[in-house]
Amino acid sequence: MVDLSTSPTSARTASSEEPLIKAVGLRKVFPPTKRGGEPFTAVDGIDFELRRGEVFGFLGPNGAGKSSTMRMIGCVSPATGGELSILGMDPRVDSSKIKARLGVVPQEDSLDMELRVRENLLIYGRYFGLKRAEIAARTAELLEFVQLSDRADSPVEPLSGGMKRRLTIARSLINSPEILILDEPTTGLDPQARHVVWDRLFRLKQSGTTLILTTHYMDEAEQLCDRLVVMDHGRIAAEGSPRELIERYSTREVLEIRFAPDGADRAAAGAALAALVGTGERGAVDRIEELPDRILLYSDDGEAALAAVHGTGTVPVASLVRRSSLEDVFLHLTGRTLVD
Amino acid sequence: MSAVTPVPPGTVGPTAIGPASSPPMAIRELRGLLTNYRRTWRASIVSSVLAPLLSLVALGMSLGKIVDAGPGAHTFGTIDGRPVKYLLFLAPALLANTAMQTALGESMYPVMSSMKWQKTFHASIASPLGSFDVFLGRVLFVGLRVLMNSAIFLGVMTLFGAVRAAGPGGLGALLALPVAALTGLAFATPVIAWAVLQDRDTGFSAVFRFVMIPMFLFSGTFFPVTQLPLVIRPLAYVTPLWHGVDLCRGLALGTATAGSVLLHLAYLSAVVGAGLWYGARTFRRRLNP
Repeated sequence: MVDLSTSPTSARTASSEEPLIKAVGLRKVFPPTKRGGEPFTAVDGIDFELRRGEVFGFLGPNGAGKSSTMRMIGCVSPATGGELSILGMDPRVDSSKIKARLGVVPQEDSLDMELRVRENLLIYGRYFGLKRAEIAARTAELLEFVQLSDRADSPVEPLSGGMKRRLTIARSLINSPEILILDEPTTGLDPQARHVVWDRLFRLKQSGTTLILTTHYMDEAEQLCDRLVVMDHGRIAAEGSPRELIERYSTREVLEIRFAPDGADRAAAGAALAALVGTGERGAVDRIEELPDRILLYSDDGEAALAAVHGTGTVPVASLVRRSSLEDVFLHLTGRTLVD
Repeated sequence: MSAVTPVPPGTVGPTAIGPASSPPMAIRELRGLLTNYRRTWRASIVSSVLAPLLSLVALGMSLGKIVDAGPGAHTFGTIDGRPVKYLLFLAPALLANTAMQTALGESMYPVMSSMKWQKTFHASIASPLGSFDVFLGRVLFVGLRVLMNSAIFLGVMTLFGAVRAAGPGGLGALLALPVAALTGLAFATPVIAWAVLQDRDTGFSAVFRFVMIPMFLFSGTFFPVTQLPLVIRPLAYVTPLWHGVDLCRGLALGTATAGSVLLHLAYLSAVVGAGLWYGARTFRRRLNP
């Protein structure tokens, strides 16, 4: 595989313990859009640290403040409060120096559609002051890495969404960044394309690149992140590894049951199910989440919980026992349903 | 509340990274735009050549013959007691108009495309470039486009014999070239600065219709502004186009006085300066919210 390890400038950071990014009480408040309107607090005092070599995720519903945080880290949006240090530097003073060592994959592709694939990387490399020969060599490596070598001389416009996304990832790596920032890297991609992107990001992780990403896909966060924070309403609701978060905020298993759409059975079942909570017996239910389409019963033994449900005389039309996932943590922490 | 005060991240110097030889940030943006232009120039080159050709033939030569033979021929100024031929009067003014039209054409839709459609501005500012570098790079690019189209126009003028050997060394018309570029920049800087704020493109056709066309007609291109009614004459004097037209014409015909040259240059430079100041603000507002 091509050498995608971090750039030689890594040595610039003093000690291995020193975090690559450190935020304390970081805030972003947007002024009112209308005269007499209220200012909008997008990020409301968050603390986090990013360590070298890890994949750090920001998980949260739309509007949680993830993208605003990414833009502050990317030095394109000034913080309105708190402290932020990136690669040991202050973005207010050294934004250009910091950005020279970052790679950014924005939420929406920002490729030059009038140019060829290769030329997009050329232009971008030149922004970083790289020499043509350097860019050419790097371009060959990167296009191979994102599986676009055969498209090097194609125009960008007709490429599929997944290909454009991969090209954006290749572009973000042109300067051998020490930190790669990805804002919802797979949003809007079909399942096939998502898996290709995940595979590439996983390889980057394996090669030691430090990644910081936002997502609202639980499986993405679970697969890629070493550590993550759950954001909601501009604040950090929880922090830890995916496993820690699941252990802390969920049970080992989840029983999902569905009722006929008319709702009569479901209404009748409500009280019976509530009686299963905290019985202390085998199959006891830790807590119950009612979603519009189904009811989730959190239990360390899903099969036993299902038996207990049947024991109450409740007959769901469908049931499923599964392992707890980050989605359960997310639902628990951010209040059930996703905000759109 | 705020321990942090926002600072514009834009820097113009080679302050960022890499070897000392790495070019200033705005030049990097300019180079990117030129790379793009290398792909797309064919579409614009036809109109760059054709437009001056048509206007010189239709207005300068055909209409010019009638004007030169008519009783008002002296209205267009005299040199050595003889009336200036209409073609010679008109051509340098059309040069300034070419500069304006090129500048406006490159400063609206392409800016919106970079801001909203393709979002390449956002890609630029994720690199070591700041918002002001992106703005300045665009200004320089439009300046080069204006210079290029003006040079083509001057070439066509020469072919049509619309250039008088005047001024220092008989090269007065050549001096009009940088003036045309400056005239273009006087339009480009404020218009790019304004265009980046636009959410829809409806304002752009209004600029063409209600700014460009009236200036084209009333800023002394076809007749001296002294022919305008006294009340609206000051309106012509405040347009950058009039200053560009009068200066290009004065230089091309060799009739410019030192005072008028300085006045026109100062006015056009002031407009460019104001545009740069405005653009620094609007680009920061849009790209570094």
